[in-house]
Amino acid sequence: MKFGVVVFPGSNCDADCHYAAGNVTGQEVRYVWHEERDLSDLDCVIVPGGFSYGDYLRCGAVARFSPVMEAVVTHAAEGKYVVGICNGFQVLTEAGLLPGALYRNDHLQFVCQPQHLRVEAIDTPFTHFYKPAQVVEFPIAHGEGRYYADPDTLAALEANGQVIFRYCTPAGESTAEANPNGSLNNIAGICNETRNVLGLMPHPERRCDRLVGGTDGKKLFKGIVESMMVRAISMGHR
Amino acid sequence: MATQTSQLDVARELGMNEQEYANVLKILGREPTGTELAMYSVEWSEHCGYPRSRPLLKLFPKTGKYPTRAEGEDAGGFALTDELYVIFKMESHNHPSQVEPKQGAATGIGGILRDIFTMGARPVALLDSLRFGDLDSDIGKHLLAGVVDGIQFYGNCVGVPTVGGEIYFHPSYRDNCLVNVMAVGIADTALLATSKGKGPGNPVLVVGNRTGRDGIGGCSILASHEFSEDDEKRPTVQIGDPFTEKCLIEACMEVLQGDAIVGIKDMGAAGITCTTAEMAAAGGVGMDIDLAKVPMREEGMEPWEIMMSESQERMLVVVQQGREQEVIDIFEKWNLNAAIVGAVVEEQVLRIRFHGEIVAEVPSLSLAESPIYYLPAEEPAWLAKVHATDLTVPPPTDLNTVLLRLLSSPNIASKRWAFRQYDHMVQTNTVVPPGAGDAAVIRVKGTDKGLGMTTDCNSRYCYLDPYVGAQIAVAEAARNLVCVGADPAAVTDCLNFGKPEKPDRFWQLKRAVEGIADACRAFNVPVVSGNVSLYNEGPDAAIFPTPTIGMVGVLAHVEAHATLAFTAGQIVALVGETRAEMGGSEYLAVEHGLEAGYPPSLELPRELAVQNFVLAAIQQGLLTTAHDCSEGGLAVTLAESALAGGVGVQANLPAVDGRMDTALFAESQSRIVVAFAPAQQAALTALAAELGVPFTILGATGGEHIRLTVAEAPAIDLPVTTAADAFTGAIAAALAE
Repeated sequence: MKFGVVVFPGSNCDADCHYAAGNVTGQEVRYVWHEERDLSDLDCVIVPGGFSYGDYLRCGAVARFSPVMEAVVTHAAEGKYVVGICNGFQVLTEAGLLPGALYRNDHLQFVCQPQHLRVEAIDTPFTHFYKPAQVVEFPIAHGEGRYYADPDTLAALEANGQVIFRYCTPAGESTAEANPNGSLNNIAGICNETRNVLGLMPHPERRCDRLVGGTDGKKLFKGIVESMMVRAISMGHR
Repeated sequence: MATQTSQLDVARELGMNEQEYANVLKILGREPTGTELAMYSVEWSEHCGYPRSRPLLKLFPKTGKYPTRAEGEDAGGFALTDELYVIFKMESHNHPSQVEPKQGAATGIGGILRDIFTMGARPVALLDSLRFGDLDSDIGKHLLAGVVDGIQFYGNCVGVPTVGGEIYFHPSYRDNCLVNVMAVGIADTALLATSKGKGPGNPVLVVGNRTGRDGIGGCSILASHEFSEDDEKRPTVQIGDPFTEKCLIEACMEVLQGDAIVGIKDMGAAGITCTTAEMAAAGGVGMDIDLAKVPMREEGMEPWEIMMSESQERMLVVVQQGREQEVIDIFEKWNLNAAIVGAVVEEQVLRIRFHGEIVAEVPSLSLAESPIYYLPAEEPAWLAKVHATDLTVPPPTDLNTVLLRLLSSPNIASKRWAFRQYDHMVQTNTVVPPGAGDAAVIRVKGTDKGLGMTTDCNSRYCYLDPYVGAQIAVAEAARNLVCVGADPAAVTDCLNFGKPEKPDRFWQLKRAVEGIADACRAFNVPVVSGNVSLYNEGPDAAIFPTPTIGMVGVLAHVEAHATLAFTAGQIVALVGETRAEMGGSEYLAVEHGLEAGYPPSLELPRELAVQNFVLAAIQQGLLTTAHDCSEGGLAVTLAESALAGGVGVQANLPAVDGRMDTALFAESQSRIVVAFAPAQQAALTALAAELGVPFTILGATGGEHIRLTVAEAPAIDLPVTTAADAFTGAIAAALAE
């Protein structure tokens, strides 16, 4: 099983994702330079956080035109896994792999803090090791994380169970006070219709070690590895 | 004669004095060209050459308990292990931030980061020590908001966590804010780079950003003169591009993995002038440079402008002859310019060409060897009056209100409003984040070690006595480190003072430097890097003397660390003793508008004993909570630990002089509040006795109130939530007004 971590100029969580995925799962991880086009050796591609190409135009707006994103779209179309974290989530929405958009936080400030989330769906290749409605704590660190989608899209996301993480209080209530950026429906993370592409603003890679704040993120990386193995076996049977 | 007069006028406009101009004439044996004059003006400015402060800086110790590199490079550091070196430095960006706070702070971050990664060290942490005028003034709010915006804009993008720092407010900074930024990096010792330009024939490259007209004269004109009423200095401020910086970090780290690089230096103040002159001087060589080959951002720039430009995100690199292309390829991979602009030459001369014409030709050592001025120092006459001020105040009637006012005073109140705007977790090493401990702690991946880091200075103490105040700044920095379990290892400093030509200002600088030097010797920590920022004056007066201390310490086993938060069921004790010392206290300033008397006394042996006890106790696993007593005294210290843990505390404070306010709010040094599980009490008491340290049980944690008594008499009783509102909301509320 092999993870790939995309490196755009300006990515700054690439090393963290590489370290977390490798350290937690013991699986192979490699960096994927933004000009690469061949991802055939990879089972799961992580698009990490940062400021791809400086994000001077709009977050993720330039990155979607990079050669590697064409390859990521193909990788996803083959049913393989893609995870976009923070800026990576923004890139995936810009690339059309996930619906909606991430706007500037409603309070107009960058915000970095520990954040409670409720796991809304565990029937994904990413979250199946969590309990239903489990409250986890991943930090957030973004200036543009306010999730927006038009009413029809939003209704479809909710109806299909594509909302995977929601901002909540430590007790698990999705209140306005628990919403750190003004996201619609307190949405922190979503998946695509076929449930093999995940995007989330919070950083699970920052919660993989007790010493630096907790281990709630480990189950996500471990879950991906198990899903990759199951998928490999089932593909083999075909 | 006419031309000579005009060249002298140009020299004056560039910030030079008559003597300096005469020196240039003597060195060259002829009248300087405009470009040469510009070069000498920047290199001999206080900002670059330290002509006024250099004699004092020799007092600093350069070696300490860890192997050290302290001289001759852009930053210094110490050996963490046989394989790893910690490189760090603090630098000021005061005047640019006063003129344009966002870009001033942002480019301050960019500059200090380049000082770190130019040595081959990957930046792993940033800290900011900030000082502004009153928070309730429009200019104070504007500057605070702008500077914090600049830090988050630049720091968040480059992916280096901002893990600590401090923010203070005082009217003396109204016309001259202080923005001192510190960066810490970790290098593979075998790959440490140098800034020596060696090897005649080796090509010289300018890499990174293009060169434009921004920041021309930033160091000579902006940084080396005080502000006056009618200043228009905006064009001298540089513009930052953190995306390019991030790419430059990665490209430099990549290129320094190999051995093609002979020397590399950050282009900070004075741009190409400074880097060519200093790299050539350090290598004992000369350079032949063609400015027409420098990648430009705009057309029509004059050679002197190119030499003086402080455009950001650039480096000068000397490469082994024949290895140019592999270096250029790496920079181009990161979409950065890399242009060969000249070569190292054997003759010790810096020859600058522009479109076939030689525009400057000067001895390369002469630029790097600025004149030295031995300035007169004189104790200010007003100080005796300040010392003699009667500090007797009526005893307060409502101590709850006093504590709430102190907790919400901007100097004490939580700085969460600022640090939640900084990414303080990226790189996933942050063990003790901002606000959680007296210092920040990061782990060092691949080892079981950690690094503690802090910035400190109580400038009110330095105003009252610069020698003692500077010693306290060093002692408090060390105390903050031991409170998280870090052994103090080395110091960087940022000396922010007024105009040195005024003897009272220079006396403050001299006494502060002596205080730092003596305290560092007592702690056996060297000063490995630093920066001097003089001319910090508005039209009316100078700033409080502010020798900011940045200190880094080592956690041998990072698992054994402490935070300042109480947890329920702990016993609370005071290490050290409170004395009747109210001079310079936040209490007298906030409650009575008094900033007078003498600062608290500091006895270094007592301080060391207290610190050794707490450090040993944390290392042995006896303590996980420690918080040093500083502004606001024991009452504020106890309240802050209660608020951090969201738990109450009941404590009985020892009587001092019969007054409750003394026991609660005096700022006596060498005190640390600790909290621990009851099972550890016997071991801690024994350890304190063994080390000869006063150790007094004050009470216990628990409940939902902060209840303090003095000699068993009730003094303070506040719900934790009430205190929390005062403490956490104050800064944001003041900004919203």
